[in-house]
Amino acid sequence: MLFLTLFLIFFEIGIVTFGGGYAMIPLIQTKLVGGGFLSLEEITDMIAISEMTPGPFAVNMATFTGMKLGGLPAAAVCTLGVVLPSLLIIMLVATVSSRMQENKTVKAVMRGIHPAVVGLIAAAALSIGKTALFPMGLAAGISLSSLALALLCLFSIKKCGLNPVVAIVASGVAGIFLFGGI
Amino acid sequence: MPAPSPFLTRFLEVFPVDCPKPSLFELFWSTFCIGAVTFGGGYAMIPVLEQTFVSKKGWLSEEEMMDLLAIAEMTPGPIAINASTYVGTKMAGLPGAVSATLGMVMPSFLIIAIISGFYLQFKSNPTVGAALLGIRAGVTALVVSAALKLGKKAVRRPADWALCLLAFAAVGFFGLSAILVIVAAGLCGYVLYRKREG
Repeated sequence: MLFLTLFLIFFEIGIVTFGGGYAMIPLIQTKLVGGGFLSLEEITDMIAISEMTPGPFAVNMATFTGMKLGGLPAAAVCTLGVVLPSLLIIMLVATVSSRMQENKTVKAVMRGIHPAVVGLIAAAALSIGKTALFPMGLAAGISLSSLALALLCLFSIKKCGLNPVVAIVASGVAGIFLFGGI
Repeated sequence: MPAPSPFLTRFLEVFPVDCPKPSLFELFWSTFCIGAVTFGGGYAMIPVLEQTFVSKKGWLSEEEMMDLLAIAEMTPGPIAINASTYVGTKMAGLPGAVSATLGMVMPSFLIIAIISGFYLQFKSNPTVGAALLGIRAGVTALVVSAALKLGKKAVRRPADWALCLLAFAAVGFFGLSAILVIVAAGLCGYVLYRKREG
């Protein structure tokens, strides 16, 4: 019964949250804290852990909740629940969209959407940059080490074609030396 | 479309111009690697998705990547899962979708399953915190570079610039929802280009 409840909760979370990630937090809170599954502190810890580990936020949260409530099998059930709606919807869209790409109306709509998507990515860079370059909050000022690291990364990617995966690993190592007091 | 000459058909059999269909394992492994290194999810993943699917593997064109991002944003669920399912379906149907999505989910699942037992120690470890400060700075640079790269192709005319800047301001400064912005931009596209396209 617990498994079915958890599956349905995460299936619902997967269906109704557009944009993924942080959009899920309010719903997760109402469902899990309201349902008496997790405490508010555990939700806060979960968000922190999800931010500190790689992978999609939603999957991290689902796995974490499952592990807390019923071990590995429950974690698998929660993760399946949160992934399944995307899987079904996108498979449908991908099958239809290959036939629609030559449609005139679709082309016109997509020509409007493409530049907006670039704007959305730039907005994401702004919000990520705010926490990355001002680690102590905006009032405490910019961290010069973070700024230097970000600029060095940007330069290596644009001018030397540095692989993004290598850039992430290298900036993690650089972080340990810059901020870890070693 | 005229039938290709027998010579051309034979030539393409011997020297395929198209990239060969990836195996299910290749789909699984490529998304597994993406899932294992991308912190922050969502937009932080776009540069790595772009690099893997477009530049390295050639599974998607740059236009398809933009379509994919629009679709991932307009449909529910995590962007990374949506993107993996889309690429998997396109390359190998249902088995491909399952392989690519499983690959994206697996690293998170394994890492969280292991960490959840002693997450309090993990959370307060100063080395982990320092590495994350560095990673966040690196991820900022990655996302900026993704915007620049995709923008080179998608943002050229004044109307493109207007849509791009409006979307940036709407989400970045006024906190509007991304789906709303995409729907509005789609309407603008329809009004501006419906007569000219095709």
